[in-house]
Amino acid sequence: MVVLNKELMTIVREVDVIPFRNRLKEHAVKIGMGLVNQTKIITAASELARNMLKYAKGGKVTLEVISTGRENGIRLTFKDQGPGIANIPMAMKDGYSTAKSLGLGLPGTKRLVSEFNIESEVGKGTTVTVIKWKNG
Amino acid sequence: MEKIPILRMGRLLLVTIQVDLYDRLAESLEADLVQMINKTGARGVLIDISAVSIIDSFMGRIIGNIAAMSKILDAETVVVGMQPAVAITLVELGLPLSGVFSALNVEKGMELLRSKLTNMERNVDGSDDGSAE
Ligand SMILES: Nc1ncnc2c1ncn2[C@@H]1O[C@H](COP(=O)(O)OP(=O)(O)O)[C@@H](O)[C@H]1O
Ligand SMILES: [Mg+2]
Repeated sequence: MVVLNKELMTIVREVDVIPFRNRLKEHAVKIGMGLVNQTKIITAASELARNMLKYAKGGKVTLEVISTGRENGIRLTFKDQGPGIANIPMAMKDGYSTAKSLGLGLPGTKRLVSEFNIESEVGKGTTVTVIKWKNG
Repeated sequence: MEKIPILRMGRLLLVTIQVDLYDRLAESLEADLVQMINKTGARGVLIDISAVSIIDSFMGRIIGNIAAMSKILDAETVVVGMQPAVAITLVELGLPLSGVFSALNVEKGMELLRSKLTNMERNVDGSDDGSAE
């Protein structure tokens, strides 16, 4: 897998999400991703950025355009140094929320992307990586 | 601060969301609408989201809240113009906005609201005089 483009953005305030979403959209359009897949990855990104803001006081997101040769896609890595998640399987359940919100962010995101990975250590932070293939 | 305008059309309130909402804007819309329904006694709220390209679970919840709150205040909410890609995404996210009536466009939404209001009034009249027809 090769990385065709890589940029790092910091998200510490709610308004930071807008330029990030716009940048993501630009890249998705550039690789020819269709409107439905664009909408899915941007919605997923929105959920993950919101989680970072809400639970970890912000963090950093790496936006990469990747290619396997056969297929192009976008990889996003959300990395924060927040409290971490003690029970990941629980957090991945529909409706589970420690904030009394809908609890759809993590499980919903997983459904919206092609590949999903979450790593978290209590007291250290959380890293969520997602890939959306152009035709995935 | 930026605000989303709320238009009054007789007994209806019309909100056209022209920008992609971020949290504070969405929350202030919720508060403004409730205030406006109270002030004007509006019976219906029409929210046009045809220009909105992203709805995540937070935004979805706000729209659901607006509908639920309007209901308590005796007003119906109709959401119109949801882009197909947004609708598909919401279902996969797990939030199919049930409970909020959806219509294709503002015109159809108005029709839907008007007919609902007429029906509601008819029902109220019917129960007031107590006569079964
Ligand atoms: N970046 C994060 N850092 C710490 N905890 C998190 C993070 N993201 C998610 N969580 C935890 O996982 C739970 C589920 O997240 P999510 O599915 O997005 O639902 P919601 O945000 O509505 O609670 C959250 O309530 C929170 O406890
Ligand atoms: Mg969340």
